[in-house]
Amino acid sequence: MSLKTTPAVRLEGVRLSFGPTPVLDGVSLTVAEGEVLVLLGASGSGKTTLLRVLAGLEWPSAGRIRIEDVEVDAATTPPRRGRDALRSRTAMVFQQHNLFPHRTVLGNVIEGPVSVQRRSRADAEQEARRLLDRVGLGERADAYPAELSGGQQQRVGIVRALALHPRVLLFDEPTSSLDPELVGEVLTVMSELAAEGWTMIVVTHELGFARAVADSIAFLDGGTIVEHAPSADFFAAPRTDRARRFLARLDGGFHP
Amino acid sequence: MDLSLFLDSLGPIALGAITGTIPLALVSFAFGLVLAVVVALARMSPSRWLRWPARAFISVIRGTPLLVQLFVIFYGLPNLGWTLDAWPSAVIAFTLNVGGYGAETIRAAILSVPRGQWEAAFMIGLGRRQTLTRVILPQAARVSVPPLSNTFISLVKDTSLASMIMVTELFREAQKIAAFTQEFLALYIEAALVYWLICLVLSAAQSRIETRLERHVA
Repeated sequence: MSLKTTPAVRLEGVRLSFGPTPVLDGVSLTVAEGEVLVLLGASGSGKTTLLRVLAGLEWPSAGRIRIEDVEVDAATTPPRRGRDALRSRTAMVFQQHNLFPHRTVLGNVIEGPVSVQRRSRADAEQEARRLLDRVGLGERADAYPAELSGGQQQRVGIVRALALHPRVLLFDEPTSSLDPELVGEVLTVMSELAAEGWTMIVVTHELGFARAVADSIAFLDGGTIVEHAPSADFFAAPRTDRARRFLARLDGGFHP
Repeated sequence: MDLSLFLDSLGPIALGAITGTIPLALVSFAFGLVLAVVVALARMSPSRWLRWPARAFISVIRGTPLLVQLFVIFYGLPNLGWTLDAWPSAVIAFTLNVGGYGAETIRAAILSVPRGQWEAAFMIGLGRRQTLTRVILPQAARVSVPPLSNTFISLVKDTSLASMIMVTELFREAQKIAAFTQEFLALYIEAALVYWLICLVLSAAQSRIETRLERHVA
């Protein structure tokens, strides 16, 4: 394994509350360039919110975030500018794919590059077709999202994110709304991206994927990171009780 | 009923529809839709200086009779020194009316577009204006076709009120012939039939537009 030392993402003391309840209660974290970090935790632990903060979809009430060359501080950066800055370095794959239903697959992928990044349509289309080919959807470029299976839709969602040339890829439970037989095709694409050296932060309940692909695991509970360890160490011997119980529940499945 | 009277009066009544009712409805609806989108966006704005006037406008338009609005514009405004011809008065009144009712329709349609669509648009970097024009409004359009068709069909029939300010249109032609021949029942039924015919055509058009817009939706 290559030495992964340059930090791509650094969070310090990130806090966010919806109403009186803190959802993120002082999160500090670094992610190296090319690292695959999986966020684990029960629902309500704050993992999705953390991802949404990095995507610029939520603005924290306190804390500093740096993504490569961009740095924001909840105390001093105007929220709109800060959210935009974070957004410009990341791209998100959503749980419900959120493809634009009125646009073809190709239209979905080139919308950002053409309308926002002002690249030429021909150039953007060429790259989009190449990326679609790579995830096995070269033939479906002119289909509409509703004509695709859930797994295909999610792969288009991944290509839409890749086409933006982000520095960090964010995945918000990308397989949890899929039928079980479609999960594999999406995870395969994600493993390939990891192998190519993309910096990825993934919220998922797929422990098999986390074990095989993640470099490190951050386990969240109550809005804080209670355990952050290399993936192998985390799965071999979780240090905290809460992580142990969480893993036992997820791994063990149904225990009446 | 006298068939020759029916046929003889059909010409002027149809002419009234073609030169009065239909263009009046089309022009007012086109302007009214633009106004409706603007008012809907103002009504949803985070700024209260936009939200409040929009609410007030919708409230006044929906809370007062169209005939009274028409009279205020045509007979009332001259007291302030603003004299408008009958046609522009009618277009203004109907435009404001479509704007008021349509705004609520369009607001509801915009709200029906899932939150995830806004988030995906933000994710790829679209600004607010681009998000609206390229992502949200095209999807809202589909949802708003049935209620906006209702508004348009109502408008076609409401243009008969323009006869009260002497706009030459379908109903005014029927009234003139009825007054001359004293065949009120025949002429007013004939007018009703022509309105009905126009609305049948509009309903068919609505179905076609809906089918077209439903194409890519699961």
